[in-house]
Amino acid sequence: MTDMIRATGLRKSFKEVQALDGLDLAVPEGQVLALLGPNGAGKTTAVRVLTTLLRPDSGSAIVAGVDVLADPDGVRARIGLSGQYAAVDEHLTGLENLEMVGRLYGLGGAAARRRAAELLDRFGLTEAGNRPSKTYSGGMRRRLDLAGALVAAPPVLVLDEPTTGLDPASRVQMWEVIRELVSGGATLLLTTQYLEEADRLADDIVVIDHGRAIAQGTADELKAQTGGERVEVVLAEPSMVGAARAVLAEVASGEIELKAGGRELTAPVAGGLAALGHTVSGLQQAGIAVLDLGLRRPTLDDVFLSLTGHASEAPAGSPGDPDSAETEEALR
Amino acid sequence: MSTPSAGSDLPAPTPLPYRRPSGPGRALVDGWVVAKRNLIKIKRVPEILVFVLISPIMFVLLFAFVFGGAIDPGDGVGYREFLIAGIFAQTVVFGATFTGAGLADDMAKGIIDRFRSLPMSPAAVLVGRTTSDVVYNVLSLVIMALTGLLVGWRIREGFLDALLGFGLLLVFAYAISWVMAYIGLVVPSVEVINNASFVVIMPLTFVSNAFVPLESFDGVLRQLVQWNPVSALTQASRDLFGNVSASAAAPDVWSMQHPALYTLVWVLGILLVFVPLSVRQYSRAGG
Repeated sequence: MTDMIRATGLRKSFKEVQALDGLDLAVPEGQVLALLGPNGAGKTTAVRVLTTLLRPDSGSAIVAGVDVLADPDGVRARIGLSGQYAAVDEHLTGLENLEMVGRLYGLGGAAARRRAAELLDRFGLTEAGNRPSKTYSGGMRRRLDLAGALVAAPPVLVLDEPTTGLDPASRVQMWEVIRELVSGGATLLLTTQYLEEADRLADDIVVIDHGRAIAQGTADELKAQTGGERVEVVLAEPSMVGAARAVLAEVASGEIELKAGGRELTAPVAGGLAALGHTVSGLQQAGIAVLDLGLRRPTLDDVFLSLTGHASEAPAGSPGDPDSAETEEALR
Repeated sequence: MSTPSAGSDLPAPTPLPYRRPSGPGRALVDGWVVAKRNLIKIKRVPEILVFVLISPIMFVLLFAFVFGGAIDPGDGVGYREFLIAGIFAQTVVFGATFTGAGLADDMAKGIIDRFRSLPMSPAAVLVGRTTSDVVYNVLSLVIMALTGLLVGWRIREGFLDALLGFGLLLVFAYAISWVMAYIGLVVPSVEVINNASFVVIMPLTFVSNAFVPLESFDGVLRQLVQWNPVSALTQASRDLFGNVSASAAAPDVWSMQHPALYTLVWVLGILLVFVPLSVRQYSRAGG
């Protein structure tokens, strides 16, 4: 397979802060790689290096066959970048924004206009195309910014936290747009602090913390690394713990854990549904009342917690606060 | 720089689906695209223009009527006539603040990141910004000239000389725009640039012959005034508009004897220093 993005040993520090600490990345052609990590993990710094906005202290990166350090202009001509806050001109209309980007990629006037209209149509912005983008909703602006990254139909796309700060509905809409993009064959590097987003969109996930890749794999592989399925039982009466534990012991493939104030039991299981069925009938026969019972697979949150030793943090960035993510990145 | 270790292949550089312009012409082509973007803003937010145009009118009227009686330039030319060229100079120099504020704003809003990720000339954003600000200055000169004519200012030399005078004012303002561009890229916010430019431009225009005749300064201050490029600019404009009395000789300093030439030397010097400095700062902005 051919790697459209390959970074080797990227290091970058800001004053005492080591933002990137020997990061390696590879994204094969046509694949989606999610760079997953909390605020300040180094995601944005990595994106800025790969898109020529920032020179690394050491290390190298090749994007679309072009060396980022030796020929930054050549890289810029082959990538599309959409940042974590929508970098569109608020006084320009959607059409004018895209037309300007087209001209700056080197398209002629007529070609730039045609391409702008095409993209507005594709992103459902035709109707709003002649309004200043100031009047757009957050989701519309984000789509316009993403459209800007696609103007030159670049072989490599880099999306830095494309849905941070969006409401849930706009987020789902954005996911659909991105999935459609990728089905068109583009290579995509995506950063996110939403585990669900990485799960939905990416072929491969690199978990990054303190400027280093700490794990890599598909969502399933990462989850498997944390442990397989387990049965969870929340008891109505904490006094029934002993009896419930005895039922679970029949299906458990490992140690049974007790948590949440002594009424929630978790048992790793091998058999999946069969184990769940067995548990249900066992609990019924023993007359143990439960509040909740289920078969759980580990979430990426669990993965994150087990890998980093700290939980993934809630996003601090919001559309009204474009600096926050960057500031935190710099402060760490 | 280490070569990536073996693994999967790296592609040959992917072919581009379009042809990019190249060479120094690109800075102008791309610069014009950016300038158009800046000018669209004037169309969308005309309020900006209202204040751009009201403040020079206010300046002309305030100085003409408040100081008009108190200061006598002393060579047979009335103060209002003496004053107008000074106000022109001060206003166009202040206009450079727009350049800095515009860039600081673009930096804060992340548009500069968008531009920097595009395969465009690294000088284009600056060329575009300084160019669109010439438009502001042309508009404010027209408004000030009309106001000046209303309060008694006259062009007493030829029309062509007057045009040269306006041209010199614009060229000098353009150079100062590049200084402000640099400051705009360095400071963190629009508020800072407004204060910073005030701190630089106020002394530059007040320690000059823009509002008071050179003769009223003494000692060190006088040295500063007569070598201040704003003094030369003002002196040259007065000469070209014919706003100096025929009998009064220009002060006996090279800068005042050849004010237009001295102004152009400054313009050249400023551009030689600040164009490369600003372009370099732009290229590493945020890095």
